Amino acid sequence: MAEGVLAIAEQMDGVFKKAAIEAVSEGKRIAKNLGTTLTALVMGSNIEEMAKDLAKYGADRIVIADDPLLKNFLVDIYTDTATQIVESEHPAVIITGATSIGKDLCARLSARLDAALATDCVAIQIQKDQCRITRPMYGGKILADVVLEGFPKIIGIRPNAMGISESPAEGIMERFTPKIREGAMKFVEKTMDTGKVELTEADVIVSGGRGMGGPDYKIIEELASVLGGAVGASRSAVDEGWRPHSDQVGQTGKTVSPNLYIACGISGAIQHLAGMSSSKVIVAINKDPDAPIFSKADYGIVGDLFEVIPAITAEIKKNRG
Amino acid sequence: MEIIVLLKRVPATESMIGVADDGKSIKTDDLKWVVNPYDEFAVEEALRIKQTHGGTVTVLSVGSDKTAESIRTALAMGADKGILINDPATVNCDSLGTARVLAATIKALPYDLIISGMRAVDDDNYQVGPAVAEYLGIPHISMVIKEEISDGIIRCHRTVEGGTFVVEASLPALLTTQRGLNEPRYASLPGIMKAKKKPLEIKTLADIGLSTDDTGNPKTSIVGMKFPPERAGGKIIEGENAGAKAASLVKALVEEARIL
Repeated sequence: MAEGVLAIAEQMDGVFKKAAIEAVSEGKRIAKNLGTTLTALVMGSNIEEMAKDLAKYGADRIVIADDPLLKNFLVDIYTDTATQIVESEHPAVIITGATSIGKDLCARLSARLDAALATDCVAIQIQKDQCRITRPMYGGKILADVVLEGFPKIIGIRPNAMGISESPAEGIMERFTPKIREGAMKFVEKTMDTGKVELTEADVIVSGGRGMGGPDYKIIEELASVLGGAVGASRSAVDEGWRPHSDQVGQTGKTVSPNLYIACGISGAIQHLAGMSSSKVIVAINKDPDAPIFSKADYGIVGDLFEVIPAITAEIKKNRG
Repeated sequence: MEIIVLLKRVPATESMIGVADDGKSIKTDDLKWVVNPYDEFAVEEALRIKQTHGGTVTVLSVGSDKTAESIRTALAMGADKGILINDPATVNCDSLGTARVLAATIKALPYDLIISGMRAVDDDNYQVGPAVAEYLGIPHISMVIKEEISDGIIRCHRTVEGGTFVVEASLPALLTTQRGLNEPRYASLPGIMKAKKKPLEIKTLADIGLSTDDTGNPKTSIVGMKFPPERAGGKIIEGENAGAKAASLVKALVEEARIL
Protein backbone atom coordinates (compact mmCIF):
# COMPACT_ATOMS: atom_id res chain seq x y z
CA MET A 1 0.00 0.00 0.00
CA ALA A 2 1.43 3.31 -1.07
CA GLU A 3 1.69 5.72 1.82
CA GLY A 4 3.57 8.80 2.86
CA VAL A 5 4.99 11.75 1.02
CA LEU A 6 8.46 11.78 -0.48
CA ALA A 7 9.98 15.20 -1.15
CA ILE A 8 13.00 15.18 -3.44
CA ALA A 9 15.15 18.11 -2.33
CA GLU A 10 17.44 19.35 -5.10
CA GLN A 11 20.88 20.60 -4.19
CA MET A 12 23.87 21.73 -6.15
CA ASP A 13 27.37 21.78 -4.67
CA GLY A 14 26.05 21.55 -1.14
CA VAL A 15 23.39 24.25 -1.42
CA PHE A 16 19.67 23.53 -1.57
CA LYS A 17 17.66 25.14 -4.30
CA LYS A 18 15.00 27.49 -2.96
CA ALA A 19 12.48 25.28 -4.77
CA ALA A 20 13.75 22.30 -2.77
CA ILE A 21 12.81 23.96 0.50
CA GLU A 22 9.47 24.98 -1.02
CA ALA A 23 8.87 21.34 -1.99
CA VAL A 24 9.67 20.09 1.51
CA SER A 25 7.40 22.76 3.05
CA GLU A 26 4.53 21.89 0.70
CA GLY A 27 5.23 18.17 1.16
CA LYS A 28 4.77 18.65 4.90
CA ARG A 29 1.44 20.36 4.39
CA ILE A 30 0.25 17.47 2.20
CA ALA A 31 1.53 14.87 4.68
CA LYS A 32 -0.32 16.58 7.53
CA ASN A 33 -3.53 16.65 5.50
CA LEU A 34 -3.19 12.95 4.72
CA GLY A 35 -2.25 12.16 8.31
CA THR A 36 1.01 10.64 7.18
CA THR A 37 4.73 11.31 7.35
CA LEU A 38 7.10 13.29 5.18
CA THR A 39 10.34 11.73 4.00
CA ALA A 40 12.88 14.00 2.35
CA LEU A 41 15.28 12.57 -0.20
CA VAL A 42 18.62 14.20 -0.92
CA MET A 43 20.84 12.86 -3.68
CA GLY A 44 24.43 13.98 -4.13
CA SER A 45 27.93 13.59 -2.81
CA ASN A 46 28.97 14.68 0.72
CA ILE A 47 25.49 15.84 1.57
CA GLU A 48 24.94 14.40 5.02
CA GLU A 49 25.48 17.65 6.95
CA MET A 50 23.34 19.82 4.72
CA ALA A 51 20.55 17.25 4.58
CA LYS A 52 19.96 17.62 8.32
CA ASP A 53 18.56 21.13 7.73
CA LEU A 54 15.42 19.64 6.20
CA ALA A 55 14.14 18.62 9.63
CA LYS A 56 13.42 22.30 10.21
CA TYR A 57 10.90 22.29 7.36
CA GLY A 58 9.07 19.20 8.52
CA ALA A 59 10.97 16.13 7.31
CA ASP A 60 10.13 13.28 9.67
CA ARG A 61 12.80 11.17 7.98
CA ILE A 62 15.66 12.24 5.76
CA VAL A 63 16.97 9.66 3.33
CA ILE A 64 20.31 10.43 1.76
CA ALA A 65 21.80 8.78 -1.29
CA ASP A 66 25.39 9.92 -0.88
CA ASP A 67 27.64 8.67 -3.65
CA PRO A 68 30.48 10.25 -5.65
CA LEU A 69 28.63 9.21 -8.82
CA LEU A 70 25.79 11.53 -7.78
CA LYS A 71 28.03 14.58 -7.37
CA ASN A 72 26.56 16.21 -10.46
CA PHE A 73 23.11 15.72 -11.94
CA LEU A 74 22.90 13.08 -14.62
CA VAL A 75 19.35 12.11 -15.41
CA ASP A 76 20.10 8.40 -15.90
CA ILE A 77 21.70 7.60 -12.56
CA TYR A 78 19.51 10.05 -10.68
CA THR A 79 16.44 8.29 -12.12
CA ASP A 80 17.92 4.91 -11.17
CA THR A 81 18.56 6.11 -7.62
CA ALA A 82 15.16 7.73 -7.17
CA THR A 83 13.43 4.65 -8.60
CA GLN A 84 15.17 2.33 -6.15
CA ILE A 85 14.16 4.56 -3.26
CA VAL A 86 10.56 4.81 -4.45
CA GLU A 87 10.43 1.02 -4.79
CA SER A 88 11.60 0.61 -1.23
CA GLU A 89 9.51 3.45 0.27
CA HIS A 90 6.27 3.12 -1.73
CA PRO A 91 5.25 6.76 -1.30
CA ALA A 92 1.76 7.82 -2.30
CA VAL A 93 3.02 11.23 -3.41
CA ILE A 94 6.38 12.41 -4.72
CA ILE A 95 6.91 16.14 -4.67
CA THR A 96 9.78 18.22 -5.97
CA GLY A 97 10.59 21.68 -7.28
CA ALA A 98 9.88 22.05 -10.99
CA THR A 99 13.30 23.45 -11.79
CA SER A 100 15.13 22.52 -15.00
CA ILE A 101 16.60 19.52 -13.22
CA GLY A 102 13.41 18.70 -11.34
CA LYS A 103 11.39 18.66 -14.57
CA ASP A 104 13.96 16.48 -16.27
CA LEU A 105 14.07 13.95 -13.45
CA CYS A 106 10.27 13.86 -12.96
CA ALA A 107 9.58 13.30 -16.65
CA ARG A 108 11.91 10.32 -16.83
CA LEU A 109 10.77 8.99 -13.47
CA SER A 110 7.08 9.19 -14.44
CA ALA A 111 7.74 7.01 -17.48
CA ARG A 112 9.90 4.58 -15.48
CA LEU A 113 7.28 4.19 -12.73
CA ASP A 114 4.27 4.59 -15.02
CA ALA A 115 3.18 7.34 -12.64
CA ALA A 116 0.98 10.39 -13.16
CA LEU A 117 2.96 13.61 -13.34
CA ALA A 118 1.90 17.22 -13.10
CA THR A 119 4.58 19.86 -13.32
CA ASP A 120 4.65 23.56 -12.41
CA CYS A 121 1.79 23.11 -9.96
CA VAL A 122 0.63 26.25 -8.18
CA ALA A 123 -2.06 24.68 -5.98
CA ILE A 124 -2.48 21.13 -4.67
CA GLN A 125 -5.53 19.52 -3.09
CA ILE A 126 -5.06 15.98 -1.93
CA GLN A 127 -7.46 13.86 0.05
CA LYS A 128 -7.17 10.17 0.63
CA ASP A 129 -8.20 9.00 -2.82
CA GLN A 130 -8.30 12.23 -4.72
CA CYS A 131 -5.54 14.40 -6.02
CA ARG A 132 -6.39 17.54 -7.89
CA ILE A 133 -3.80 20.11 -8.77
CA THR A 134 -3.84 23.45 -10.52
CA ARG A 135 -1.19 24.31 -13.06
CA PRO A 136 -0.76 26.96 -15.73
CA MET A 137 -1.00 26.02 -19.40
CA TYR A 138 -0.57 28.04 -22.58
CA GLY A 139 2.28 29.95 -20.98
CA GLY A 140 0.08 31.09 -18.09
CA LYS A 141 -2.94 32.22 -20.12
CA ILE A 142 -5.00 29.39 -18.60
CA LEU A 143 -5.06 27.63 -15.24
CA ALA A 144 -5.99 23.98 -15.58
CA ASP A 145 -7.32 21.70 -12.85
CA VAL A 146 -5.83 18.27 -13.35
CA VAL A 147 -6.75 15.02 -11.61
CA LEU A 148 -3.94 12.52 -11.06
CA GLU A 149 -4.70 8.79 -10.77
CA GLY A 150 -2.75 5.83 -9.46
CA PHE A 151 0.32 5.60 -7.22
CA PRO A 152 2.69 7.22 -6.81
CA LYS A 153 1.63 10.64 -8.02
CA ILE A 154 4.47 12.93 -8.99
CA ILE A 155 4.00 16.63 -8.41
CA GLY A 156 6.47 19.28 -9.52
CA ILE A 157 5.77 22.63 -7.89
CA ARG A 158 6.43 25.88 -9.69
CA PRO A 159 9.40 27.69 -8.13
CA ASN A 160 8.42 30.80 -6.17
CA ALA A 161 4.71 29.96 -6.25
CA MET A 162 4.40 28.33 -2.85
CA GLY A 163 5.91 29.61 0.33
CA ILE A 164 8.53 28.24 2.65
CA SER A 165 7.31 27.42 6.14
CA GLU A 166 9.16 26.02 9.11
CA SER A 167 7.61 23.06 10.90
CA PRO A 168 10.30 21.35 12.95
CA ALA A 169 10.21 17.54 12.87
CA GLU A 170 12.47 14.77 14.02
CA GLY A 171 14.41 14.35 10.79
CA ILE A 172 15.69 10.85 11.39
CA MET A 173 18.67 10.39 9.08
CA GLU A 174 18.93 7.23 7.00
CA ARG A 175 21.45 6.27 4.38
CA PHE A 176 20.38 4.56 1.20
CA THR A 177 23.05 2.90 -0.90
CA PRO A 178 21.81 2.92 -4.48
CA LYS A 179 22.95 0.28 -6.93
CA ILE A 180 24.23 2.55 -9.66
CA ARG A 181 27.06 2.62 -12.12
CA GLU A 182 28.22 4.95 -14.83
CA GLY A 183 25.91 4.54 -17.80
CA ALA A 184 25.61 6.00 -21.26
CA MET A 185 25.95 9.56 -19.95
CA LYS A 186 28.89 11.55 -18.69
CA PHE A 187 29.04 14.86 -16.87
CA VAL A 188 31.78 17.02 -18.39
CA GLU A 189 31.60 20.39 -16.63
CA LYS A 190 29.38 23.18 -15.47
CA THR A 191 29.54 26.94 -15.75
CA MET A 192 27.51 28.91 -13.25
CA ASP A 193 26.96 32.68 -13.25
CA THR A 194 28.16 33.49 -9.79
CA GLY A 195 26.31 36.14 -7.87
CA LYS A 196 23.49 36.34 -10.40
CA VAL A 197 19.98 36.00 -9.05
CA GLU A 198 18.03 33.40 -11.02
CA LEU A 199 14.89 34.80 -12.64
CA THR A 200 12.55 32.01 -11.60
CA GLU A 201 13.65 32.26 -7.96
CA ALA A 202 13.96 36.03 -7.72
CA ASP A 203 11.82 38.08 -5.33
CA VAL A 204 12.29 41.14 -7.50
CA ILE A 205 12.72 41.32 -11.28
CA VAL A 206 13.51 44.43 -13.28
CA SER A 207 12.92 43.79 -16.99
CA GLY A 208 13.82 45.90 -19.98
CA GLY A 209 12.22 45.79 -23.40
CA ARG A 210 12.41 47.48 -26.75
CA GLY A 211 12.22 50.86 -25.04
CA MET A 212 15.78 50.33 -23.81
CA GLY A 213 16.85 51.14 -27.36
CA GLY A 214 20.04 49.09 -27.18
CA PRO A 215 22.14 46.64 -25.18
CA ASP A 216 23.10 49.11 -22.44
CA TYR A 217 21.13 47.80 -19.43
CA LYS A 218 23.19 49.61 -16.82
CA ILE A 219 20.24 51.51 -15.30
CA ILE A 220 18.20 48.28 -15.14
CA GLU A 221 21.08 46.42 -13.54
CA GLU A 222 21.57 49.16 -10.95
CA LEU A 223 17.92 49.14 -9.95
CA ALA A 224 17.91 45.33 -9.79
CA SER A 225 21.05 45.47 -7.71
CA VAL A 226 19.68 47.87 -5.04
CA LEU A 227 16.59 45.66 -4.81
CA GLY A 228 18.60 42.43 -4.66
CA GLY A 229 16.74 41.27 -7.74
CA ALA A 230 17.32 39.78 -11.17
CA VAL A 231 17.37 41.35 -14.62
CA GLY A 232 14.84 40.15 -17.18
CA ALA A 233 14.06 41.07 -20.76
CA SER A 234 11.24 40.97 -23.26
CA ARG A 235 11.44 38.80 -26.34
CA SER A 236 12.17 41.75 -28.60
CA ALA A 237 15.18 42.74 -26.48
CA VAL A 238 16.45 39.15 -26.70
CA ASP A 239 15.75 38.95 -30.45
CA GLU A 240 17.73 42.17 -30.90
CA GLY A 241 20.64 40.46 -29.21
CA TRP A 242 20.69 42.93 -26.33
CA ARG A 243 20.22 40.27 -23.66
CA PRO A 244 20.86 36.49 -23.47
CA HIS A 245 18.04 34.01 -24.10
CA SER A 246 18.16 32.99 -20.45
CA ASP A 247 16.83 36.45 -19.48
CA GLN A 248 13.66 36.19 -21.54
CA VAL A 249 10.38 36.43 -19.66
CA GLY A 250 7.24 35.27 -21.45
CA GLN A 251 5.43 32.34 -23.02
CA THR A 252 8.45 31.16 -24.99
CA GLY A 253 10.86 32.17 -22.24
CA LYS A 254 10.52 31.93 -18.49
CA THR A 255 7.35 32.27 -16.49
CA VAL A 256 8.07 34.19 -13.32
CA SER A 257 6.17 35.11 -10.18
CA PRO A 258 8.29 37.46 -8.09
CA ASN A 259 6.93 39.71 -5.35
CA LEU A 260 7.75 42.73 -7.47
CA TYR A 261 8.07 42.92 -11.26
CA ILE A 262 9.18 46.19 -12.80
CA ALA A 263 8.62 46.34 -16.58
CA CYS A 264 10.67 49.07 -18.22
CA GLY A 265 10.04 50.02 -21.82
CA ILE A 266 7.97 46.86 -22.37
CA SER A 267 4.73 47.44 -24.23
CA GLY A 268 3.13 44.22 -23.00
CA ALA A 269 2.66 41.68 -25.80
CA ILE A 270 0.27 38.88 -24.80
CA GLN A 271 3.15 36.37 -24.59
CA HIS A 272 5.03 38.63 -22.17
CA LEU A 273 1.95 39.29 -20.03
CA ALA A 274 1.31 35.53 -19.79
CA GLY A 275 4.80 35.04 -18.40
CA MET A 276 4.67 37.64 -15.63
CA SER A 277 1.02 38.16 -14.71
CA SER A 278 1.32 35.98 -11.63
CA SER A 279 3.80 38.44 -10.08
CA LYS A 280 2.44 39.83 -6.84
CA VAL A 281 3.00 43.52 -7.59
CA ILE A 282 3.67 44.86 -11.09
CA VAL A 283 5.13 48.27 -11.88
CA ALA A 284 5.25 49.50 -15.48
CA ILE A 285 7.32 52.35 -16.81
CA ASN A 286 6.64 53.35 -20.39
CA LYS A 287 6.50 56.53 -22.39
CA ASP A 288 3.37 55.40 -24.25
CA PRO A 289 0.33 55.92 -21.99
CA ASP A 290 -1.66 53.45 -24.12
CA ALA A 291 0.81 50.57 -23.73
CA PRO A 292 -1.10 47.35 -22.83
CA ILE A 293 1.30 46.72 -19.94
CA PHE A 294 -0.46 49.45 -17.92
CA SER A 295 -3.67 47.40 -17.90
CA LYS A 296 -1.86 44.70 -15.88
CA ALA A 297 0.24 46.95 -13.68
CA ASP A 298 -0.56 47.90 -10.11
CA TYR A 299 1.46 51.07 -10.52
CA GLY A 300 2.31 52.81 -13.75
CA ILE A 301 4.62 55.67 -14.57
CA VAL A 302 4.28 57.35 -17.94
CA GLY A 303 7.62 58.84 -18.74
CA ASP A 304 11.13 58.52 -20.07
CA LEU A 305 12.61 55.41 -18.52
CA PHE A 306 16.13 56.84 -18.76
CA GLU A 307 15.03 59.52 -16.28
CA VAL A 308 12.56 57.53 -14.21
CA ILE A 309 14.62 54.39 -13.49
CA PRO A 310 17.71 56.21 -12.11
CA ALA A 311 15.35 58.37 -10.06
CA ILE A 312 13.75 55.26 -8.53
CA THR A 313 17.17 53.79 -7.80
CA ALA A 314 18.23 57.03 -6.11
CA GLU A 315 14.99 57.21 -4.13
CA ILE A 316 15.39 53.67 -2.80
CA LYS A 317 18.99 54.37 -1.80
CA LYS A 318 17.88 57.58 -0.07
CA ASN A 319 15.06 55.75 1.72
CA ARG A 320 17.46 53.22 3.10
CA GLY A 321 19.75 55.99 4.32
CA MET B 1 22.84 9.83 -39.27
CA GLU B 2 19.17 8.86 -39.01
CA ILE B 3 17.42 11.69 -37.21
CA ILE B 4 13.83 11.71 -36.00
CA VAL B 5 12.16 14.97 -35.02
CA LEU B 6 9.09 14.91 -32.78
CA LEU B 7 6.65 17.63 -33.71
CA LYS B 8 3.44 19.02 -32.24
CA ARG B 9 0.89 21.38 -33.69
CA VAL B 10 -0.08 24.09 -31.19
CA PRO B 11 -1.95 27.41 -31.10
CA ALA B 12 0.32 30.32 -32.05
CA THR B 13 1.69 32.07 -28.99
CA GLU B 14 0.04 35.36 -29.95
CA SER B 15 -3.37 33.67 -29.67
CA MET B 16 -5.95 34.70 -27.13
CA ILE B 17 -6.95 31.45 -25.46
CA GLY B 18 -10.61 30.94 -24.52
CA VAL B 19 -12.26 28.20 -22.49
CA ALA B 20 -14.78 26.04 -24.39
CA ASP B 21 -18.33 25.34 -23.22
CA ASP B 22 -17.31 22.04 -21.62
CA GLY B 23 -15.20 24.07 -19.17
CA LYS B 24 -12.17 21.82 -19.56
CA SER B 25 -10.78 22.46 -23.03
CA ILE B 26 -9.94 25.50 -25.10
CA LYS B 27 -11.97 27.12 -27.82
CA THR B 28 -10.41 26.10 -31.09
CA ASP B 29 -12.42 28.19 -33.57
CA ASP B 30 -10.46 31.05 -35.10
CA LEU B 31 -7.17 29.90 -33.61
CA LYS B 32 -4.05 30.15 -35.71
CA TRP B 33 -2.09 26.90 -35.45
CA VAL B 34 1.65 26.60 -35.86
CA VAL B 35 4.50 24.16 -35.35
CA ASN B 36 5.45 24.29 -31.65
CA PRO B 37 8.31 26.86 -31.58
CA TYR B 38 10.62 24.48 -29.69
CA ASP B 39 9.98 21.83 -32.36
CA GLU B 40 11.05 24.34 -35.00
CA PHE B 41 14.39 24.49 -33.21
CA ALA B 42 14.40 20.67 -33.39
CA VAL B 43 13.76 20.63 -37.16
CA GLU B 44 16.44 23.26 -37.73
CA GLU B 45 19.03 21.44 -35.62
CA ALA B 46 18.25 18.15 -37.38
CA LEU B 47 18.79 19.82 -40.77
CA ARG B 48 22.11 21.26 -39.62
CA ILE B 49 23.28 17.90 -38.29
CA LYS B 50 22.26 16.26 -41.55
CA GLN B 51 24.27 18.86 -43.43
CA THR B 52 27.41 17.94 -41.48
CA HIS B 53 26.94 14.22 -41.00
CA GLY B 54 24.59 13.23 -43.84
CA GLY B 55 21.55 11.03 -43.33
CA THR B 56 17.80 11.44 -43.21
CA VAL B 57 15.47 13.68 -41.22
CA THR B 58 12.08 12.12 -40.44
CA VAL B 59 9.38 14.20 -38.79
CA LEU B 60 6.99 12.31 -36.53
CA SER B 61 3.79 13.57 -34.97
CA VAL B 62 0.65 12.33 -33.26
CA GLY B 63 -2.37 14.33 -34.29
CA SER B 64 -5.28 14.86 -36.64
CA ASP B 65 -5.68 15.59 -40.36
CA LYS B 66 -4.66 19.18 -39.71
CA THR B 67 -1.36 18.06 -38.21
CA ALA B 68 -0.32 16.93 -41.69
CA GLU B 69 -0.04 20.63 -42.58
CA SER B 70 2.44 21.17 -39.76
CA ILE B 71 4.50 18.19 -40.90
CA ARG B 72 4.47 19.69 -44.43
CA THR B 73 5.88 22.89 -42.95
CA ALA B 74 8.83 20.91 -41.56
CA LEU B 75 9.23 19.12 -44.90
CA ALA B 76 9.27 22.53 -46.61
CA MET B 77 12.08 23.59 -44.27
CA GLY B 78 14.03 20.61 -45.62
CA ALA B 79 13.10 17.47 -43.70
CA ASP B 80 12.96 14.35 -45.86
CA LYS B 81 9.81 12.55 -44.83
CA GLY B 82 6.96 12.59 -42.38
CA ILE B 83 4.96 10.13 -40.34
CA LEU B 84 1.63 11.04 -38.77
CA ILE B 85 -0.10 8.83 -36.27
CA ASN B 86 -3.72 9.77 -36.84
CA ASP B 87 -6.10 7.72 -34.75
CA PRO B 88 -9.14 8.91 -32.79
CA ALA B 89 -7.97 6.72 -29.90
CA THR B 90 -5.08 9.11 -29.25
CA VAL B 91 -7.30 12.12 -28.60
CA ASN B 92 -7.39 11.67 -24.84
CA CYS B 93 -3.77 10.62 -24.46
CA ASP B 94 -1.85 12.26 -21.67
CA SER B 95 1.87 12.89 -22.14
CA LEU B 96 2.80 9.31 -21.23
CA GLY B 97 0.23 7.96 -23.68
CA THR B 98 1.60 10.18 -26.44
CA ALA B 99 5.15 9.11 -25.57
CA ARG B 100 4.10 5.46 -25.78
CA VAL B 101 2.67 5.99 -29.27
CA LEU B 102 5.79 7.86 -30.41
CA ALA B 103 8.14 5.25 -28.95
CA ALA B 104 6.21 2.37 -30.53
CA THR B 105 6.48 4.09 -33.91
CA ILE B 106 10.19 4.81 -33.51
CA LYS B 107 10.98 1.22 -32.51
CA ALA B 108 10.23 0.14 -36.07
CA LEU B 109 12.53 2.77 -37.58
CA PRO B 110 16.29 3.15 -37.83
CA TYR B 111 17.48 6.03 -35.64
CA ASP B 112 20.67 7.51 -34.22
CA LEU B 113 19.25 10.71 -32.79
CA ILE B 114 15.80 11.93 -31.76
CA ILE B 115 15.17 15.63 -31.25
CA SER B 116 12.09 17.12 -29.62
CA GLY B 117 11.14 20.45 -28.14
CA MET B 118 11.77 20.68 -24.39
CA ARG B 119 8.08 21.48 -24.05
CA ALA B 120 5.07 22.25 -26.18
CA VAL B 121 3.80 25.77 -25.59
CA ASP B 122 0.21 24.53 -25.16
CA ASP B 123 0.28 22.10 -22.24
CA ASP B 124 3.78 23.05 -21.04
CA ASN B 125 4.36 19.54 -19.65
CA TYR B 126 8.09 19.03 -20.35
CA GLN B 127 7.40 15.31 -20.33
CA VAL B 128 7.08 13.71 -23.76
CA GLY B 129 10.74 13.83 -24.89
CA PRO B 130 12.26 12.26 -21.77
CA ALA B 131 9.42 9.69 -21.60
CA VAL B 132 10.06 8.60 -25.21
CA ALA B 133 13.74 8.16 -24.35
CA GLU B 134 12.82 6.11 -21.29
CA TYR B 135 10.48 3.85 -23.29
CA LEU B 136 13.22 3.33 -25.87
CA GLY B 137 15.84 2.74 -23.18
CA ILE B 138 18.17 5.43 -24.51
CA PRO B 139 19.75 8.44 -22.76
CA HIS B 140 18.31 11.92 -23.12
CA ILE B 141 19.68 15.41 -22.56
CA SER B 142 17.14 18.19 -21.98
CA MET B 143 17.13 21.93 -22.69
CA VAL B 144 20.04 21.88 -25.10
CA ILE B 145 21.50 25.13 -26.47
CA LYS B 146 24.50 23.63 -28.26
CA GLU B 147 25.48 20.18 -29.47
CA GLU B 148 28.41 18.48 -31.14
CA ILE B 149 28.58 14.93 -32.43
CA SER B 150 31.70 12.86 -32.91
CA ASP B 151 32.55 9.17 -32.71
CA GLY B 152 29.07 8.12 -31.69
CA ILE B 153 28.95 10.58 -28.78
CA ILE B 154 26.81 13.70 -28.56
CA ARG B 155 28.12 16.46 -26.32
CA CYS B 156 25.53 19.02 -25.28
CA HIS B 157 25.40 22.30 -23.42
CA ARG B 158 22.18 22.33 -21.44
CA THR B 159 20.69 25.15 -19.42
CA VAL B 160 19.93 25.01 -15.71
CA GLU B 161 18.88 27.90 -13.48
CA GLY B 162 21.81 30.27 -13.40
CA GLY B 163 24.18 28.41 -15.70
CA THR B 164 24.89 25.59 -18.11
CA PHE B 165 26.07 21.99 -17.83
CA VAL B 166 28.09 20.19 -20.45
CA VAL B 167 26.93 16.58 -20.68
CA GLU B 168 27.73 13.73 -23.04
CA ALA B 169 25.65 10.76 -24.11
CA SER B 170 26.36 7.88 -26.41
CA LEU B 171 24.14 7.53 -29.47
CA PRO B 172 21.39 6.67 -30.00
CA ALA B 173 20.11 9.43 -27.76
CA LEU B 174 17.32 11.96 -27.51
CA LEU B 175 17.77 15.65 -26.94
CA THR B 176 15.23 18.36 -26.22
CA THR B 177 15.68 21.89 -27.49
CA GLN B 178 15.97 25.11 -25.55
CA ARG B 179 15.64 28.62 -26.94
CA GLY B 180 19.09 29.75 -28.06
CA LEU B 181 20.00 26.52 -29.87
CA ASN B 182 19.54 28.03 -33.33
CA GLU B 183 17.45 30.37 -35.47
CA PRO B 184 15.03 28.23 -37.48
CA ARG B 185 15.03 28.90 -41.22
CA TYR B 186 11.92 29.91 -43.09
CA ALA B 187 10.59 27.54 -45.69
CA SER B 188 11.56 28.78 -49.15
CA LEU B 189 9.11 28.77 -52.04
CA PRO B 190 10.94 25.93 -53.82
CA GLY B 191 11.03 24.16 -50.46
CA ILE B 192 7.26 24.46 -50.16
CA MET B 193 6.81 23.12 -53.71
CA LYS B 194 9.14 20.17 -53.03
CA ALA B 195 7.44 19.38 -49.73
CA LYS B 196 4.22 18.52 -51.53
CA LYS B 197 5.94 15.54 -53.15
CA LYS B 198 7.81 14.29 -50.10
CA PRO B 199 6.51 11.09 -48.48
CA LEU B 200 4.10 11.50 -45.58
CA GLU B 201 2.85 8.23 -44.13
CA ILE B 202 -0.37 8.20 -42.15
CA LYS B 203 -0.70 5.41 -39.62
CA THR B 204 -3.18 4.19 -37.05
CA LEU B 205 -2.46 2.62 -33.66
CA ALA B 206 -2.98 -0.83 -35.14
CA ASP B 207 -0.28 -0.09 -37.75
CA ILE B 208 2.27 0.43 -34.97
CA GLY B 209 1.14 -2.55 -32.94
CA LEU B 210 -0.73 -0.69 -30.20
CA SER B 211 -4.32 -0.89 -29.07
CA THR B 212 -6.58 1.46 -27.16
CA ASP B 213 -5.39 -0.26 -23.96
CA ASP B 214 -2.09 1.54 -24.49
CA THR B 215 -3.69 4.95 -24.83
CA GLY B 216 -7.14 4.69 -23.30
CA ASN B 217 -6.42 5.05 -19.59
CA PRO B 218 -4.69 8.35 -19.02
CA LYS B 219 -3.27 8.82 -15.52
CA THR B 220 -3.78 12.56 -15.74
CA SER B 221 -6.89 14.28 -16.97
CA ILE B 222 -7.89 17.91 -17.19
CA VAL B 223 -11.17 18.41 -15.35
CA GLY B 224 -11.44 22.17 -15.52
CA MET B 225 -9.91 25.28 -17.01
CA LYS B 226 -10.14 28.83 -15.85
CA PHE B 227 -8.46 32.14 -16.42
CA PRO B 228 -5.87 33.37 -13.97
CA PRO B 229 -7.25 36.07 -11.66
CA GLU B 230 -7.82 39.15 -13.77
CA ARG B 231 -5.45 41.98 -12.95
CA ALA B 232 -7.14 45.33 -12.93
CA GLY B 233 -5.04 48.20 -14.15
CA GLY B 234 -3.85 50.06 -11.11
CA LYS B 235 -2.98 53.65 -10.64
CA ILE B 236 -0.88 55.85 -12.83
CA ILE B 237 1.53 57.76 -10.67
CA GLU B 238 1.54 61.45 -11.47
CA GLY B 239 4.21 63.97 -10.63
CA GLU B 240 5.93 67.10 -11.82
CA ASN B 241 9.03 65.29 -13.00
CA ALA B 242 10.77 61.92 -12.91
CA GLY B 243 12.07 62.52 -9.39
CA ALA B 244 8.63 63.29 -8.00
CA LYS B 245 7.10 60.26 -9.72
CA ALA B 246 9.88 58.01 -8.44
CA ALA B 247 9.37 59.29 -4.88
CA SER B 248 5.60 58.64 -5.05
CA LEU B 249 6.18 55.15 -6.45
CA VAL B 250 8.66 54.16 -3.77
CA LYS B 251 6.35 55.55 -1.09
CA ALA B 252 3.45 53.50 -2.48
CA LEU B 253 5.58 50.34 -2.67
CA VAL B 254 6.67 50.79 0.94
CA GLU B 255 3.46 51.99 2.56
CA GLU B 256 0.65 50.66 0.39
CA ALA B 257 1.94 47.51 -1.29
CA ARG B 258 4.33 46.85 1.63
CA ILE B 259 6.67 45.22 -0.80
CA LEU B 260 9.91 47.10 -0.10
